[in-house]
Amino acid sequence: MGLEDLYQEIILDHYKKPRHPGRLGGGHVEVRHYNPVCGDELTLGLRLDGDRVAGIAVDGKGCSISLASASVMSDLVLDRQVPDALETADAFRRLMHGEGEPDEELLEDGVAFAGVARYPVRVKCALLGWMAFRDAAARALAGQDGGETIHGEDEDAARAAKAERLPGERY
Amino acid sequence: MTTTTNPPSPGPASRAAGTRVGGDLAARVRADFPLLAREVHGKPLVYLDSASSSQKPTQVLAAMREYYERHNANVHRGVYTVAEEATHLYEAARGKVARFVGASERATVFTKNGTEAINLVAYGWGLRNLREGDEILVTEMEHHANLVPWQLVAKLTGARIRAIPVTDDFLLDLDALDGLLTGRTRIVAVSAMSNVLGTINPVAAVAERAHAVGALVVTDAAQAVPHLGVTFDGLGADFLAFTGHKMLGPMGIGVLAAREDLLDSMEPFLGGGEMIRDVNIESSTFNDIPWRFEAGTPPVGDAVGLGAAVDYLTGLGMDQVRAHEVEVTGYALKRLAEVDGLRVLGPADLEHRGGAVSFTLGEIHPHDVSQVLDEDGIAVRAGDHCAKPLMKRFGVQATTRASFYVYSTTHEVDALVAALDKAKRFFG
Repeated sequence: MGLEDLYQEIILDHYKKPRHPGRLGGGHVEVRHYNPVCGDELTLGLRLDGDRVAGIAVDGKGCSISLASASVMSDLVLDRQVPDALETADAFRRLMHGEGEPDEELLEDGVAFAGVARYPVRVKCALLGWMAFRDAAARALAGQDGGETIHGEDEDAARAAKAERLPGERY
Repeated sequence: MTTTTNPPSPGPASRAAGTRVGGDLAARVRADFPLLAREVHGKPLVYLDSASSSQKPTQVLAAMREYYERHNANVHRGVYTVAEEATHLYEAARGKVARFVGASERATVFTKNGTEAINLVAYGWGLRNLREGDEILVTEMEHHANLVPWQLVAKLTGARIRAIPVTDDFLLDLDALDGLLTGRTRIVAVSAMSNVLGTINPVAAVAERAHAVGALVVTDAAQAVPHLGVTFDGLGADFLAFTGHKMLGPMGIGVLAAREDLLDSMEPFLGGGEMIRDVNIESSTFNDIPWRFEAGTPPVGDAVGLGAAVDYLTGLGMDQVRAHEVEVTGYALKRLAEVDGLRVLGPADLEHRGGAVSFTLGEIHPHDVSQVLDEDGIAVRAGDHCAKPLMKRFGVQATTRASFYVYSTTHEVDALVAALDKAKRFFG
């Protein structure tokens, strides 16, 4: 597993040119998520039109994996119905857990992150944007305002990734 | 001990080699560190994370093995021979550690780590003596270990926390100190050397001023003791905390060296066996120091290992250790300055800094930097280094940190610089 497998061209491309950067105008829910371990942070703005994702913007500071993953996410959920977008989010979570084969149809560019599952500390980075989206969607559907969440990680992902990587495997 | 095999206490291979300094030191000692011979991703390991944890020489590992194979028993109670040997080894290790930092053996307490040593002071002294309106003075460059315990105790007592700022030159702002020190100041918590900036703080000068207003000084010497050859009297602090695993010893043991009269006056922090004199159902009387602060079975094997680490460092000579690190750090600062877009967070003057070198590399996140470095077998730290207030002070989320020790070489610095260029090409 080399660097090029982890940092695939698609990832570097999204990192250098995030697809929906910045902040949204009015009429939206905004959430701020951060990962206390490495200091990655992002502000995600989401506007729904009924059940449809009508607008999304990500303003982030962090590593390439977290920023690229958030960019891919923003591209994948825009103009989708929230339940479909959440299904994609779940497919991405499974990809990070190393569960089953990647669903290319659902994940599109997201499959480029398959290699991240082998780097336990980076799984959190890759999930940050997706967790923010889930949070924002739930708040928007419930008619709530935005909020701030420390990304506590999904413990399952960390455990799965650790189990995946036995001592010495990478060496 | 006369009837048993003594644990090995050989000095480093270099001891006989005299007083040459610099790169020679690493060349002479590297063979003592088995882990440094391994490969990572098919490349020789370049271990540049000693500020987090040092590697261990075979002399330390052998002493611990000898302890467990020949002398293992619980301490301070058995009447039988092996238990007496274990007790003797444990107390002998305490003596070595106390002498290494010039502290009183009676006032040298073994803890789990440096963090626990500071918590011992925060709860053992702070919780019982601080009152509402009292002030605890910390620094903006404190490791969370010398900050969070004070926050916890402040919350319980109503004391207030204030901070000595750090200048743009990465030094403690001594001009601000006099304004911050008042009759309300009861504790000054100051790191002897920053784990992030590498800054060596003038603890003695701070202590002198703190004592003038009646405050006690708690110094986090987790970086200073392994690298600088500091002494308890030289620093002038009332409490000195450090940890074994950053100074060639094992993980699981730390040290609090204290002023004897203060420790004598303090109530226990943790309760249990070992720390008591007499126990009734409703109350107990407590043991003498230092055992009053060592509840439960202590980490005897780790203490033996730490004793061996102290022997090893003493064999090298701390002046030689410091001279070597100055040389490698100076070389690193020079080479890192050649990397476009690289910004070192820390003093440029070698006199004011140790071998922990933090930097940012353009807009590339430290996690990405360290991932690329790992691919070349280079181990550095990326993150906030348990010093979030300091990260905020300098407006960064995280830094990459390379840190050096007795076995670090200028070749390793070259490998680091080459890999940083690679990271720039990759993410540029």
